[in-house]
Amino acid sequence: MQQAKPQAIGARTARRARWLNRDRIAALLMIAPSVIAVAIFVYGFIGWTAFISLTNWEGLRANLTFVGLENYATIFNTGRFQTNIRNLVVFTTLFLAICLVIGLLLAVLVDSRIRAESLFRSIYIFPMALSFIVTGVVWQWIFAPGNWPNDPTGINLLFKQMGLDFLQGAWTTDTSVVPGWRPEGLKTRIGIPMAMIPVIIAAVWQMSGFVMAMYLAGLRGIPDEIKEAARVDGASEWQVFRRVTLPLLQPVTLSAVIVLGHISLKIFDLIVTMTGGAPGNNTEVPGLYMYEITFKANKFSEGAAVAIVMLVVVAALVIPYLNYNRRTEVEQ
Amino acid sequence: MSVVTSPASARPRLRVRWSRVLIYAVMLAFAAFYLLPVYLLLITSFKSFEEVSLSRMWDLPRSLSFESFGRAWNGGEGVIGMRGSFLNSVRMVIPATVISCMLGSLNGYVLSKWRFPGSETLFTLILFGMFIPYQSVLVPLVEVLREIGLYASIPGLVLVHVVYGIPITTLIFRNYYAGIPTELLEAGKIDGADFFGIYRHIMLPISAPGFVVVAIWQFTSIWNEFLFGLIITNDPQLRPVTVALQNLSGSQFTQWNVQMAGALLVAMPTLLVYIFLGKYFLRGLLAGSLKG
Repeated sequence: MQQAKPQAIGARTARRARWLNRDRIAALLMIAPSVIAVAIFVYGFIGWTAFISLTNWEGLRANLTFVGLENYATIFNTGRFQTNIRNLVVFTTLFLAICLVIGLLLAVLVDSRIRAESLFRSIYIFPMALSFIVTGVVWQWIFAPGNWPNDPTGINLLFKQMGLDFLQGAWTTDTSVVPGWRPEGLKTRIGIPMAMIPVIIAAVWQMSGFVMAMYLAGLRGIPDEIKEAARVDGASEWQVFRRVTLPLLQPVTLSAVIVLGHISLKIFDLIVTMTGGAPGNNTEVPGLYMYEITFKANKFSEGAAVAIVMLVVVAALVIPYLNYNRRTEVEQ
Repeated sequence: MSVVTSPASARPRLRVRWSRVLIYAVMLAFAAFYLLPVYLLLITSFKSFEEVSLSRMWDLPRSLSFESFGRAWNGGEGVIGMRGSFLNSVRMVIPATVISCMLGSLNGYVLSKWRFPGSETLFTLILFGMFIPYQSVLVPLVEVLREIGLYASIPGLVLVHVVYGIPITTLIFRNYYAGIPTELLEAGKIDGADFFGIYRHIMLPISAPGFVVVAIWQFTSIWNEFLFGLIITNDPQLRPVTVALQNLSGSQFTQWNVQMAGALLVAMPTLLVYIFLGKYFLRGLLAGSLKG
């Protein structure tokens, strides 16, 4: 385009310069407030929190004596924070895995030319419109075990009424950790805290429809010709799914892992409402711990250290993804 | 798939039909799972106080009663009504959504149509703000809001939601505007339109779907938000509806039918949005997943 126009170079650069001056400046001015706001409220505040995490601020009055990484050493050495990390790993792993499996399954089913497709889709997705607080309030009552097996409430009562008594459990009051190993030097037991299971179920209830929607969009984006070609080559339906569809859905899986992963690593509302971290600290996660020690115990520096640990974990997940996205966009 | 793999013989066709039955069975089972809490929410909220009993919690109400909603909304007998906080949420969510839309639209316009050296990097840096755990900004945030006199105020909440909404609103508008052909803008420039002229006369008139998606997204996420509401409003008079619901459910003296009615009240606005504008809601969801 550029070489094709035999214009007077001088006139063009002059016009270009004028265009640069007025419109480009307007563009920069318009985006400036947002850039400044993000610079302060995101990066500035993170820096500030990082600084607080290196000081010795305990109590309501700010004490900013520099103590290095002491707070990080403190939190990683407390059993409670180690338990938090264990809980978060368990929650994130199971939540992600179950959401991906259910999401993919439902997407494939919804995509298989069924009746009332949009009704099913709407039913699967609607929990996404709700607050985690609403979800927590309702599921808290569903998983309140009551005096089971004789005088059960919630899901235990439902199981009893359906003759499925063997499915009854202690749910959110279950204090066991399975298998509950205790390695040398750790102040927490390794395993799945059983009280976490109801929380995971509630979270899956809320988010799995979203994964279905993502996979469904992905499935609909795969041209029929590709699958058809595989069928002509003699592939069975399962092989088509396994060798053609699944690999093409990989970008969707990646997006889903990023979106669910960052939500899950930051989870706070749902746990506050459903269990408050109980029993013991068996369902407490860093997001809740940070809130408790900062705003209830006034240990600002330790709270800041927990927050920075959370940030680092989320960043480790998200930054490679953002980078990858940016590079592929520049290539386009 | 059934159309393709049905030869003349009867046996495969029978197998195909059984697979349909299985498909519907699985889908209905999942539908039951997703609807179970809704069932509980509805039947409990509409039960009268005499009828509420944990041992009959799954039974249908014998008659429709609005007592629970009345108690959850107006308060009474140790329950703080949610009416005030509902209005707080309305007063917070509307301005925040409107401002978010305007900012996001301008940012998206600049970052898609007026790119400059480094604008892609800048965009990525803005985008990162969407993923951070807000715990990592809370303490400075509270201090700064105190400093500028916006702590424990609705305008403070609006400011916070607008600022932390910048990444997602910018992302959605940028992707939306990226789909608008550059020729349109070039034509505008030839006609002598400047930055604002193009925005006003070319971009804005075709932005309606983008605005709807962003407005729904911001409305839903701000309405449902809890952490900022909890930290920034220590004043019970100012707390948004999610915080009020959490307090309602955390109190041991609150009957659980009142909690359920409260939950339904909190859920209602976003549920209505979902029911009537579901298509746009979904688009926002998918836009939130970047390239998904």
